[in-house]
Amino acid sequence: MTAANELTSAHRNDLRTVAAMIIPASDGYKVPGADDPAIQADMLATLGRDTAMVRQALDHLARLAGQPLADLDAARRDAVAREFRASGGEAAAVLVRVVLQCYYRDDRVLRSLGLELRAPFPKGYTLEQGDWSLLDPVKARPSTLRRA
Amino acid sequence: MKHDPVDVLIIGAGASGAAVAWSLAETKMHILCLDQGGWMNPSEYPSTGRDWEAKFYGDWSTSPNIRGRPEDYPINDDNSPIKVVNFNGIGGSTVMYTAHWPRLHPSDFKVKTLDGVADDWPIDYDALTPFFEENDRMMGVSGLSGDPRSPLTHPPMPPQPLGLSGPLIGNAMNKLGWHWWPSDTTVATMDYEGRARCINLGHCTPACAQGAKASTDITYWPHAIRAGVEVKTHCRVREILTNEDGMASGVVYYDKDGVEQFQPAEVVIIACNGVGTPRLLLNSVSGRFPNGLANSSGLVGKNLMFHPYAQIYGFVKEPTDSNRAPPTCLWSKEFYDTDRSRGFVRGYGIQFGRGAGPVFEAVASEQKGILPWGADHHRVFRKLNGHRLAVSAICEDLPEEHNRVTLDPVLKDGHGIPAPKIDYTISENSRKMMEHGLARGREILEAAGATDICINNPIPWGGWHLLGTARMGADPARSVVNEWGRSHDVKNLFIVDGSVFVTSGGVNPTSTIQAIALYVADQMKQRLANLFD
Repeated sequence: MTAANELTSAHRNDLRTVAAMIIPASDGYKVPGADDPAIQADMLATLGRDTAMVRQALDHLARLAGQPLADLDAARRDAVAREFRASGGEAAAVLVRVVLQCYYRDDRVLRSLGLELRAPFPKGYTLEQGDWSLLDPVKARPSTLRRA
Repeated sequence: MKHDPVDVLIIGAGASGAAVAWSLAETKMHILCLDQGGWMNPSEYPSTGRDWEAKFYGDWSTSPNIRGRPEDYPINDDNSPIKVVNFNGIGGSTVMYTAHWPRLHPSDFKVKTLDGVADDWPIDYDALTPFFEENDRMMGVSGLSGDPRSPLTHPPMPPQPLGLSGPLIGNAMNKLGWHWWPSDTTVATMDYEGRARCINLGHCTPACAQGAKASTDITYWPHAIRAGVEVKTHCRVREILTNEDGMASGVVYYDKDGVEQFQPAEVVIIACNGVGTPRLLLNSVSGRFPNGLANSSGLVGKNLMFHPYAQIYGFVKEPTDSNRAPPTCLWSKEFYDTDRSRGFVRGYGIQFGRGAGPVFEAVASEQKGILPWGADHHRVFRKLNGHRLAVSAICEDLPEEHNRVTLDPVLKDGHGIPAPKIDYTISENSRKMMEHGLARGREILEAAGATDICINNPIPWGGWHLLGTARMGADPARSVVNEWGRSHDVKNLFIVDGSVFVTSGGVNPTSTIQAIALYVADQMKQRLANLFD
């Protein structure tokens, strides 16, 4: 028996399969797929308020697939995924967002993107001044503020 | 439980409540402010964690309906294409805003005279000028004086750097020969009045851990409290009561333990903005005021104005500032004034966006269908991420009575108080304005070399600006408060927030809201001897 706010083993299997369909591993970019165990563990550990919607999305996915998603042949799996995204509404959007938000904070992924592995605070970032002479033509124009 | 009476009771500790409290403090009256939220803790702000972007979709969502903190109240906005966004707590929505700081233009106060639509305000820009200036000093504004298409300002700090995104936009605007200018913002670009300068944490909207962005919990409130103003947190006001003379006698509220309290007051000031204020007035029903307090005109809750945002964005080859800078840096007033050849009256300001962080980019681009699933995901994401430029037309919303805030017959907050219900449609004039803004935005993006162009028309969760629902005017039959913020019906009841706006202009309103709050406070101080006449 699984509580309404938890994922079953079948849910987790389908989540892993669909996550890999969204973002597969890439040797070229030297990044894991979204089915990577550490990224999957992050998703499950931080589902929180999204759990019910993700569960709803996975139930919808299971209905479309009729069997574990991983057991379908590639063509059928792709067709189910397209139908899932098209007909899954807000729940499907939440599932995809959960996958993306956990994937794009993984150290290996951020490193591949050339991003620093840290929170913005307290170090922040440096912002260059840019070319202020671009504003000269605007400064040269007369005031056109509409009079009241 | 009944408390000793106070001279002035302010409801709401956000943008306007803080300003009016600080200004009135010099009178040495006993001033108490009640707020349904508490003090913020910057160490908990999203930018302090690696999961900073994920928080925007939950505990730090701009939508109170998603956020669902105990201090939030639900809002039924199902019947509106634009959803209400706000923040509740000490500082109110100044804790969670972009810090973009334009003012209404002088012409915005005379739209009936100039363009034959809506109504003129009963006050003009000149009446507010000293209060704009005072407010800019108190909030700490950065910017560049001398914009030829905006009112003259004197920001005490230099503008934000152009960064990587600013020159891309500036070059595009120069190609088109259109106006642009560095935005005034309430982001401190140098150490200012105890605030540390901006270190570009990015995404100012969900609160600034550095304290560089002005929010009234760190600007007005410390001064007001030192001057003797008292603030009580986690106190949600249910209704304003009146006495046999038809004067406000005080408020009923629920304290932090949920216990009902009565706080008597000589003067009540409402500062709950354009949804919270009409909600409170409509909940304050009595035999003498059966349709809600201060509502003899029937206009409480009506004429809601949002500013529909038409947003268009694209992706350039050059890197943009992404999440490594405050989100807004430049504005344009090229299309601000009426030109009837465009097919609509009034106009819009343009607010440029520097970019987005990786999670936001991935989520938004996947939803728009430009970021695929599968093997090509990685290549496309690297083309999009860190390359976004955005153009948003902030369209002047004209007042229409059918756009309104009422009380939901079913929905209630955590204290059982009826929640607000929004009924709103985007007018034909606004639709035409939005289409115009999108077409011009496309030209700007194309001039910048952007591709993969997407639109949000309107930005659905873009209901930041909550205006017009207790409008100001000289005629009690056509307005809720008079030209100095006092209720026509209840002579010791004042409103100082965005609900008193007569028209909305085409700019972010917080600067003007606070200038009005300071102006009303000044009017009260000048009339203390005969305030209720």
